[in-house]
Amino acid sequence: MSTANKEIGPPVIELGAMGWLRKNLFSNWYNSLLTIFGLYLLYVLIPPLVNWIFLDANFVGSTRDDCTNEGACWIFIQQNIKLIFYGLYPTEELWRINFVYLILLISGAYLLIPNLKHKGWVGAFLLVIFPIICVVMLSGGLGLEAVETRLWGGLFLTLVIAGVGIVLSLPIGVMLALGRRSKLPVVSILCTIFIEIWRGVPLITVLFMASNMFPLFMPEGVNFDKLIRALIGVMFFSAAYLAEVVRGGLQAMPKGQYEASQAVGLTYWRMMALVILPQSLKMVIPAIIGSFIAIFKDTTLVLVIGLFDFLGIIQFVGTNPDWLGFSHEGYVFAAAVFWVFCYAMSWYSQRLEKKLDTGR
Amino acid sequence: METDKSKLGSFLFNRSVQGVFYQLITLGLVALGIYYIVTNTARNMLERGLASGFHFLGVESQFDIGMTLIEYSPTSTYFDSFIVGLLNTLLVAGIGILFATVIGFTVGIMRLSSNWLIAKIAEAYVEILRNIPLLLQIFFWYFAVLRALPKPKQSLELYDSFFLNNRGLFIPDTVFGEGSSIIFYLLWLTTIISIGIFIWAKRRQNRTGERFPAFYVSTALILGTFFISLAATGFPVSFEYPELKGFNFKGGIKLIPELVALTFALAMYTASFIAEVVRGGIMAVSKGQTEAAKSVGLKQNLILRLIIIPQALRVIVPPLTNQYLNLTKNSSLAAAIAYPDLVLVFAGTALMQTGQAIEIIGMVMGVYLFLSLFTSLIMNMFNRFMKVDGER
Repeated sequence: MSTANKEIGPPVIELGAMGWLRKNLFSNWYNSLLTIFGLYLLYVLIPPLVNWIFLDANFVGSTRDDCTNEGACWIFIQQNIKLIFYGLYPTEELWRINFVYLILLISGAYLLIPNLKHKGWVGAFLLVIFPIICVVMLSGGLGLEAVETRLWGGLFLTLVIAGVGIVLSLPIGVMLALGRRSKLPVVSILCTIFIEIWRGVPLITVLFMASNMFPLFMPEGVNFDKLIRALIGVMFFSAAYLAEVVRGGLQAMPKGQYEASQAVGLTYWRMMALVILPQSLKMVIPAIIGSFIAIFKDTTLVLVIGLFDFLGIIQFVGTNPDWLGFSHEGYVFAAAVFWVFCYAMSWYSQRLEKKLDTGR
Repeated sequence: METDKSKLGSFLFNRSVQGVFYQLITLGLVALGIYYIVTNTARNMLERGLASGFHFLGVESQFDIGMTLIEYSPTSTYFDSFIVGLLNTLLVAGIGILFATVIGFTVGIMRLSSNWLIAKIAEAYVEILRNIPLLLQIFFWYFAVLRALPKPKQSLELYDSFFLNNRGLFIPDTVFGEGSSIIFYLLWLTTIISIGIFIWAKRRQNRTGERFPAFYVSTALILGTFFISLAATGFPVSFEYPELKGFNFKGGIKLIPELVALTFALAMYTASFIAEVVRGGIMAVSKGQTEAAKSVGLKQNLILRLIIIPQALRVIVPPLTNQYLNLTKNSSLAAAIAYPDLVLVFAGTALMQTGQAIEIIGMVMGVYLFLSLFTSLIMNMFNRFMKVDGER
């Protein structure tokens, strides 16, 4: 009887700040050890980084001699900001690029704000009229001075390549996926071969091919711009990856959907456009955005065929004799910009995933 | 008349007839496109006086390569340069895969840690590394870190045997003296015996339920034999340490900075993807499995080894192989920092010298294509092998 009366101590607190610490950081001896190790790691990494980027950094000035503090010399970025963002695009024509950005920003924001009317029209405008505006505004025509694509560069060029790659590769990818799933053996085999070849080789060889072999394929006198060649390469490359993503969505569609649409007498194209694709594309939106992120990161490779994209121009600016020795600043800045773009996309995709997840 | 018309109609609107018709059209269009490209190319090559065919492979290359795993000189043929490039690509891919796997699994498991801080650090690693383009990371490690390292005299060193400076990474080399071959034979022998022990232990356990510590026994056997034979033959294996002589290091193995930067960047970048694969794989094993294993009285390490890992591996291996393939393909970014891989040596220098774009790019793409298709073939076999009965 006496053993039953042995006092039971109160349970270890799991509430409040102390409880949280105990539960998540110091639950047993090796967890405590890990926590201490983690803290040490942060202590080694974070303070020097913060000092270099912010506290000891130089923000004001115009030449390298103004960089007197220990930390980063952000004047390097400030002084070259035009090159980094727009490349060699003529200064008096920069408003054209900004105008395009502005249209994109306004219509994009309109689409993102929930509960607004006429979103379909805005979307159609973006897909049909906006590309024409872009071509005219950016390369010239209709009274605007022509700007050769070899002057294009910087973040602007990166966005052009990624944008064109993303917009054009999606429809091609969908067609390839449908082709691969087709019951007609010739179509399906051709699409499979096409997809597997592009997916099996690195993008860099595709770009080498685009810059070395495309000119040989064309009849006499037809000379493709270097940028267009790169765009075609990027487009087919990413279309092949998207095709596999879309195929995943198509395969996940229950068979009943196909049978039901055939039963109500829809033709193949109507069945695909009205029933199958809307549902299966919705299912693979996260994976599609994942592919978009990959395309965006891959655009950096165009520098190997001599195009000055964002990374290429930062590399180039670093070789300017006035600014030698600031490669750290350049890379950190480039990394930050790329990271913001990619992380924003992946964050948006996670949000969409939650929103579209109807609790299957 | 009326019936003829409807017959014609039913013929024209017959599904299979339409199918054949569409396929013929597709085939015709593709053939036309290929014909167009081929004739254009042939005419263009004739006009520019470009040679065709693979005769150039037997011609002297007349260029040198900075790093070669086999005997190579400017008098070697273009085919030799192809092999050198291929081997360099495989080397980078091999080392990269090794490190990426180790880092990736560590970070992936860290993300699932019950320790909040460790999980967050791992998450930060993944989110930062995978959202920055690989080429940028390669540039960073190469131009900003390795190129900025001190000269050989002020090298960073570890235990007086590893040296890192702006000329590269210097590591000790193993030298096999006389009599060391017998140690290798013994290693082979003990490994085979150990495999035998594993099979026997498994059979015995299936038959009688008794467990045999096969792992410890075979480890002891292999290591024991290794050290005893080392001692018996008088330690014929020794290390050659790199030494500073004049302005550079002599001896040991020299890893050029391009190789170090490329491997490092590839491993760190791919590891962030592998970490996600590993995390997904472990999370895919349902909690009920762990609970059921606990309730039948398995110990924690047995639960991991017998229940969690085998099931998680089935989910992990296919995407993991995919990441290995990506790493191999991404190693072609070597061209941007002048590491002499297949793309730089063959699709770069050799292409520039011979001008035979079609043959050369075809060969390079063929190599990568072969690697991809071969890997997916193995993967399909693996999936068939691992498929659980009754699973879709």
